[in-house]
Amino acid sequence: MGKSDPMPLQRVLSTPKLSVPLLIILLFFALSLLAPLLPLHDPGRIDLELLRMPPSFEHPFGTDNKGRDLFSRVIYGAKISIGVAMIAASVSAAIGFIVGLTSGYFGGKFDAVVMSVVDFILSFPSLLLAIAISVVLPPGLYTVMIALTVVGWASFARLVRGHVLTLKSMAFVDAARAVGCSTARILFIHIAPLCIPLALVMMGIKLGGFMLTEATLSFLGLGAQPPAPTWGAMISAHRTYILTAPWMVVFPGLALSVVAFCFNLAGEALKQKYELKERGRGDAA
Amino acid sequence: MRWRITTYIFKRLLLLIPLLLGITLFAFLLLKTLPGDIVLSLVGERASPEVIESIRRELGADEGVLAQYVGYLKLLMQGDFGRSYHTNREVLADILMKFPNTLRLALAAMLISIPGGILLGFIAAYRRGGLVEQCINALSIGGLSIPVFWSAIMIMILFSLTLKLFPPSGTGGFKFLVLPAFVLSIPATSTLIRVTKTTVADILAMPYITTARAKGVSLLRIRAVHVFKNAVIPIVTIIGLDFGSYLNGAVVTETIFGWDGIGRFTMEGILKRDYPVIMGCIIIGTIVFVMINLITDIVYHYLDPRIRLHGKE
Repeated sequence: MGKSDPMPLQRVLSTPKLSVPLLIILLFFALSLLAPLLPLHDPGRIDLELLRMPPSFEHPFGTDNKGRDLFSRVIYGAKISIGVAMIAASVSAAIGFIVGLTSGYFGGKFDAVVMSVVDFILSFPSLLLAIAISVVLPPGLYTVMIALTVVGWASFARLVRGHVLTLKSMAFVDAARAVGCSTARILFIHIAPLCIPLALVMMGIKLGGFMLTEATLSFLGLGAQPPAPTWGAMISAHRTYILTAPWMVVFPGLALSVVAFCFNLAGEALKQKYELKERGRGDAA
Repeated sequence: MRWRITTYIFKRLLLLIPLLLGITLFAFLLLKTLPGDIVLSLVGERASPEVIESIRRELGADEGVLAQYVGYLKLLMQGDFGRSYHTNREVLADILMKFPNTLRLALAAMLISIPGGILLGFIAAYRRGGLVEQCINALSIGGLSIPVFWSAIMIMILFSLTLKLFPPSGTGGFKFLVLPAFVLSIPATSTLIRVTKTTVADILAMPYITTARAKGVSLLRIRAVHVFKNAVIPIVTIIGLDFGSYLNGAVVTETIFGWDGIGRFTMEGILKRDYPVIMGCIIIGTIVFVMINLITDIVYHYLDPRIRLHGKE
């Protein structure tokens, strides 16, 4: 994308409002990826002598209802929570990008139909839609990603389409057509690269929402199935113990909130930088 | 004028028909893809054999998909949403019974978030660049980052299990309403703060504010009349959207606090794969959602006569 980038990566990262939250997220993610190499307890090891132990030096976050070390489960969980959000956001961005590109460029009836679908998805409560999709498909990680994508692509499509509408009336497109470029070439070589930065920025803004929706779906039992350590599922499974062992709910939720907060801080900074205005509510996905 | 609004409302309600057709068709096809008998899926296995037989005939279960769909629509038109698999109660009756609870919860949440969000948003806009704005910003981003299911549990631990101020769950009077309403108001307040802040900040930079100040209009009057009147449209939009989604059932909040509303009903239906319940909630939810959007648009018209109501711009 090089010269078309409205704000070079280096300069963007030099703003503390953006780099600090990103660094924290990166730390979580790296820790989670490297977890097998770190001196942590096995997140899946069940120890019936260590049921629901309060936080201690050995187990900083305590142990859960099966005697598993909560600290290592929270660390391992970061991989799923952040990973699913990133994959779903990337796929949403890619689909929304292609749809927005073609819809904006070709216009007409196709555009009208696509945009009414987009409007519908954007106006409908996203969580309910995601839940409905997760129900039809068997519960699991892929289902969550599909649900997030079905809900998520619309905002990308709208954004890219808007940009394409301004771009396609510009002189360089006419020039390209005059020298005999094919439609595909104009679309993918001339216009598409100019929309990529916009889609990437939007992805940054949306990541926090994707993560929270994933967590909510897991919490409702529609996401990754146990014993996979996801933050949402942990909170859901430990809900019954809030009276006797509140730490089992406190720590996974704290991790979730901190990472989501960082994502949203970074998203806010991006939004201010690029003066993007989101339509509607800032809720999940 | 009155006539124009009624035509507008009529036109918008007409749009509901294709929307509902689309949604029911989509949901119907999804149900078709599930294993098992579509008739049983729709009426529930506990229905009597005669009922199943009559619905089978009505649906034309032995005919093509389209005929079945038409049959299903006929049933819906008669107000027959089927019966729940699990309770064998009529879905529509259950929804109508639970709706007032959801309405009460949604109203209570909005009662907290509307004044709170607007006030904090205004303060943040007037104290731009200061510590106050930073704090309010952090508050609103935080409110959108903390998952509702977790904040609900945390608040329950603190206020009902530790301090024993409010009952942890159940449906009932004021005491039962406080905690779920508060939890539900957090995301709405946060969005409202952000929208109010950016809108008011934009307005403050407008020439007519400078003019008003130059004329010697008092600061209070500028804030209360000039700024507020112009900021009200985006604020109403957000309130409408949030209210609409809460009426569709605050799924998570209602489930955690055991609030007997549409959200919990939907969620239970989903978890138990109670298809008649799911379909009923989707259909009613869509109608409610469209209605709220329509009301919001009508409110626009009264708040700002410059906005003309004639379908899509």
